[in-house]
Amino acid sequence: MNKNLGWKVIVIIATLLVFVFGIIGIPDNWSGKGLVAAMQNRIHLGLDLKGGTHLILQVQVNDAVKVDSDNAIERLKADLRSHKVNYTDISKPDPVNHPETIVLKGVPPEASTDLRNIVQDRLPEYSVTSGAENTWTVAMKAQAMADLKNRAVQQAIETIRNRIDQLGVSEPIIEEHGLGQYQILVQLPGVDDPARVKDIMQSTAMLEIRQSMGGPYPSEEAALQQSGGVLPPDTMLMQGKSIGTQAAGGDNGPVWYLISRASAVTGRDLRSAEPSRDENGQPSVGFTLTNEGGRRFGAFTGSHVGDNLAVVLDNKVQEVAVIKEQIHDTGVINGRFTDQEAKDLAMVLRSGALPAGIKYLEERTVGPSLGSDSIRAGVTAAIIGMMAVLIFMLVYYHAAGVNADIALILNLIILLGFLGFSGATLTLPGIAGVILTVGMGVDSNVLIFERIREELRNGKTPPSAVEQGFGHAWITIVDTHVTTIVSAVILFIFGTGPVKGFAVTLSFGLFANLFTAVFVSRVIFDWVLGRKQRGEALSIG
Amino acid sequence: MEFFRNPNIDFLGKKWYFIAFSLIFSVAGLLSMIFWHGIPYGVDFRGGTLVYVKFAQTPDDNAIRAAMDRAGIRGARIQRYGQAGSNEVLIDVSEKETNEQALDRSKTAIIDALETNAPAGKQDLNNTSVLSLKNYLLQKDPLHLGSDAEQRYGAQAQAIVDYRDKTKGGVLTSFDELKAAADPAVVAILSDQFFISNFGVRNVEIVGPQVGAQLRRQALLATAYSLAGMLIYLAVRFEWIYGVAAVVTVFHDTLITVGAFSLTNKEISLTVIAAILTLIGYSNNDTIVVFDRIRENLKLMRRDNLGEIVNRAINQTLSRTILTAGLTFLTVLALFLFGGEVLHGFSFALVIGILIGTYSSIAIAAPILVAYQDWQSKRGKTVVTLPAGKETVRRERAKAKA
Repeated sequence: MNKNLGWKVIVIIATLLVFVFGIIGIPDNWSGKGLVAAMQNRIHLGLDLKGGTHLILQVQVNDAVKVDSDNAIERLKADLRSHKVNYTDISKPDPVNHPETIVLKGVPPEASTDLRNIVQDRLPEYSVTSGAENTWTVAMKAQAMADLKNRAVQQAIETIRNRIDQLGVSEPIIEEHGLGQYQILVQLPGVDDPARVKDIMQSTAMLEIRQSMGGPYPSEEAALQQSGGVLPPDTMLMQGKSIGTQAAGGDNGPVWYLISRASAVTGRDLRSAEPSRDENGQPSVGFTLTNEGGRRFGAFTGSHVGDNLAVVLDNKVQEVAVIKEQIHDTGVINGRFTDQEAKDLAMVLRSGALPAGIKYLEERTVGPSLGSDSIRAGVTAAIIGMMAVLIFMLVYYHAAGVNADIALILNLIILLGFLGFSGATLTLPGIAGVILTVGMGVDSNVLIFERIREELRNGKTPPSAVEQGFGHAWITIVDTHVTTIVSAVILFIFGTGPVKGFAVTLSFGLFANLFTAVFVSRVIFDWVLGRKQRGEALSIG
Repeated sequence: MEFFRNPNIDFLGKKWYFIAFSLIFSVAGLLSMIFWHGIPYGVDFRGGTLVYVKFAQTPDDNAIRAAMDRAGIRGARIQRYGQAGSNEVLIDVSEKETNEQALDRSKTAIIDALETNAPAGKQDLNNTSVLSLKNYLLQKDPLHLGSDAEQRYGAQAQAIVDYRDKTKGGVLTSFDELKAAADPAVVAILSDQFFISNFGVRNVEIVGPQVGAQLRRQALLATAYSLAGMLIYLAVRFEWIYGVAAVVTVFHDTLITVGAFSLTNKEISLTVIAAILTLIGYSNNDTIVVFDRIRENLKLMRRDNLGEIVNRAINQTLSRTILTAGLTFLTVLALFLFGGEVLHGFSFALVIGILIGTYSSIAIAAPILVAYQDWQSKRGKTVVTLPAGKETVRRERAKAKA
């Protein structure tokens, strides 16, 4: 055997060992079961194989814009007042589609410089333009709005991740779904009943404590009448559960409260929240505030002893209570919860509020029974397909068939090893990709072998036929592999989940095939030729 | 063993048969797409709700339909799937009943409608989750556990669900059989809160209209980019006419494959698109092998006319073409027969596509080259021989230098 060949054999054996390690790592025990367990450890299965829930949700980013521009209106009102700029109306003409646009009417012409300065200094993310008849448009700048929307998506991802982590779902995937706008992809292995998880993810959990000025009223009209048809400044009406009637028993439908616009503390001031029991032994949620939040809460409760406070959750009054004394940093939320609801609420409060509402666009659940059936079917098909190809190659090409079979098996080992190393997930279409790699991978061997046969028929000696066969087939093999890999890469870019898994195995398989069908196969031929006498025939069927 | 020894078939002479064959299949597919089944979009592309249900006994389609009607679920399609005797049914509610305000409404309605004999206030053990089961056990505490209750009941709940899904294939028939999986004390209290229905939900797919439209656009884009990628690669490696010929060929294959889905009214899902893209790659492989040989022959057989050169190339590669197609077909057939229901559409596309892809590289791609040259010489162009591609030119130059 020549020296060069020796080196090549070492390269091949080293590659083999590396990729076998990729597949099984170093297993604890070498029994059949131990090996399967080791393999499952290394190769990640997709949701379609192990069961679980796949969700695509969309962040309603306009919510975040709306909140920002609502704040901008409040700030603008205050500043206009302090600069003594008059106006007849300030509003959003199209709050649904263009929440970023605020229109001011009836600003006197002499105040235009003041208005421009106020917007420039106090609302740097807004632009101001004048229109006809003393109308001014204040709108969020495009860049600022884009930033705000992206920030909302990132923040939503963070919040959802916190909540999922607390639910104890193992290995969840929560990431931006690049194929759509403001979409998030959530994959939850092992969760086959997504209803509760979805509720928890969706809950905005915006907690505020505000002052309650009056109520409960049975209807909005009644509330308005109470205050003489016009709401007092800086207050608003808000719907709430009829908590007050709990002692009397029964739910009397929704009621309205008169609530301050400003909040004393919000969910951002929470240090922690835990499920607990109130004085009547009912499930409730206890919370602790941060130092800064506690200071503000202390100041608020201290100056409002005897007044009412309202606990507002997601813009709904959850509870109204009398402030009996100054409270610093702890509190309790009651609201006729079940144990489970109290537990979930505490959890979502801890994880922070969602910056905007979310909407579910897609939901797929694979039950574990289907997943294990799929694995069984996929593996059966793979083994049958593979055996058929291996046997055919032996029958058709005789000793050279052994060569092709070794290359194919090595191809498979490298492909699975790749999966183990890269942490890519194996999906059901991915298994199909493995099978297809076997079928398409054998193409390279067929191309080479047919060429060698042709050269032999043309009267070449075995060594030069092998030389020519590999030489001519090489160009073709590169061309065919490149075009298939182009398809696979495009699939990877455009595909999601299972389809991506297919693109991964197909491309890995093709790369591995370049090595096995061309390099390994050649080494085996050279080794065989080296052992033959001059003029002895080559066994190629 | 050898199937083909020096074949010498006049493929180009049979071009009218090929044209007739391709036309019949493309036109049949097209007609079906326009006038008959249309393009049967799967749930991925049209949006909608699919619930795959496995029953304990042979399901009664009429009873299911009646249950759906009672629940006010309109236009549900009820279809058996899987092997005979697997008692599996697919319930398909169109996109009109699926909206993004309450995405899973149809799913909940379907499951509720099937729970015909549900005792009031009890949960269905066949469709409950590990989480609810664990919470219930924690609350009841039948084993009087201490600090490790959370973990122990979690394990019990998991064991029960695993037994249901893995051993019983997703459907339990009685509480008693659970004694094989969980503590008898645990099993004993289950019936207080749970009942056992006659079905289990195996798989749910809900796609809202927005995602459906998004996926349709992406599938089209992916296919278009894939074709463009081939065209560019072949134009660079060979000549642009080779790229055009390959893309026309692949387009022909895609048309016939999609046509086959329309004719048989099989749904085109995301994985089917993946299969079609793979076919684009595969069919192109075959075409390139023939093109490579044409390029090689152009250098060796300068005096022959192009028709002969092309014919020779097809014959020389015929053995390889048929062998590879046969072997790939074998693996794909294994997938089609044994790969299970989920991969059915995917493997069907591959089975059709490999047959067509192999045929087209012989019958469509190479003849286009010849037709192009005939057309060029008829226009009186002086170029009589087809350019052999940059590869040869480069080699010739190298030779000239030497």
